[in-house]
Amino acid sequence: MPETVKTMEPLRIADFEIASRLFVGTGKYATYELMRDALAESGCDVVTVAVRRERMVDADGRNILDFLDPDKYTLLPNTAGCFTAEEAVRTARLGRELLEGLGNSGAGWVKLEVLGDKTTLLPDPIGSLEALKVLKSEGFTVLCYTSDDPIIAMRLKDAGADSVMPAGAPIGSGQGILNPCNIRIILEQLKDGDERFPVIVDAGVGTASDVTIAMELGADGVLLNTGIAGAERPVQMAAAMRHAIEAGYLAGRSGRIPRKLYATASSPLEGVIGIK
Amino acid sequence: MKIRVNGESRSVEDGMTVAALLAELDLEPLRCAVERNRQLIPRARHSETVLNEADELEIVSLVGGG
Repeated sequence: MPETVKTMEPLRIADFEIASRLFVGTGKYATYELMRDALAESGCDVVTVAVRRERMVDADGRNILDFLDPDKYTLLPNTAGCFTAEEAVRTARLGRELLEGLGNSGAGWVKLEVLGDKTTLLPDPIGSLEALKVLKSEGFTVLCYTSDDPIIAMRLKDAGADSVMPAGAPIGSGQGILNPCNIRIILEQLKDGDERFPVIVDAGVGTASDVTIAMELGADGVLLNTGIAGAERPVQMAAAMRHAIEAGYLAGRSGRIPRKLYATASSPLEGVIGIK
Repeated sequence: MKIRVNGESRSVEDGMTVAALLAELDLEPLRCAVERNRQLIPRARHSETVLNEADELEIVSLVGGG
């Protein structure tokens, strides 16, 4: 019987079941039309959105929601830009209120970000932990952004995070997976005896191979924004990211060959012509 | 009376409700969320929530983000 090729299993995070393991942000596109087309090409089911003060007067009167079908996408509100636990908790509550208004299933969850520094945008682990505890007590499903430090990743899991999202590299830096060893340790430790615990690499993706590497390491998914939105051809890059997530998922579960120092011939060494 | 909306001072009628303020600002209630003095005012309570002098309101909506 021929070997069957796996297809991507849906990703489960608490009560959410998600077909595509690629989560895509909606920020920084040149136009809403470009965002809509890139999101469609990426094949994603989950898109992140931010909560910001209403500008009251909109130059063109257009709203991002006119370009995001709430029946097609599950919106994942974030707390991006918050530098204290209190701001993040308030933003999460506002995000839930907004998604309830839309009747979108994303009302139940939040991507928690508490930042510690404006130049690196590295997360504040202590603020993240504080906000996580409050949000869990209020019934949120919390996907928690963090650095690639395995100890704080475990602390967040222990405090009730429904998914831990270590950064591959600083937000928007495009540097890829800077410390694959730490990501591997996080995966091993958070999944020890709990194989289905979802770990999603969030931030730092510059191109498709970064996504594939994250998935080959064993991540359950990848969240990215700038890697697509900032590319010269975002729609084409979105297609590349769609292939990359599947390539990494399949390769990571195919039992790759070990790395060896010396060559091993692929063609038989016997029967080469001209040998006497 | 004076209130603050998204960090800016604004004069509104005494006894104005959150719902009336959103209407005055021409905002679609289903697409925004309102916080008063750091407490979320759920949409279902907009029409019964009366604003007070010096209230600090945050009115937010969804934007693109990662």
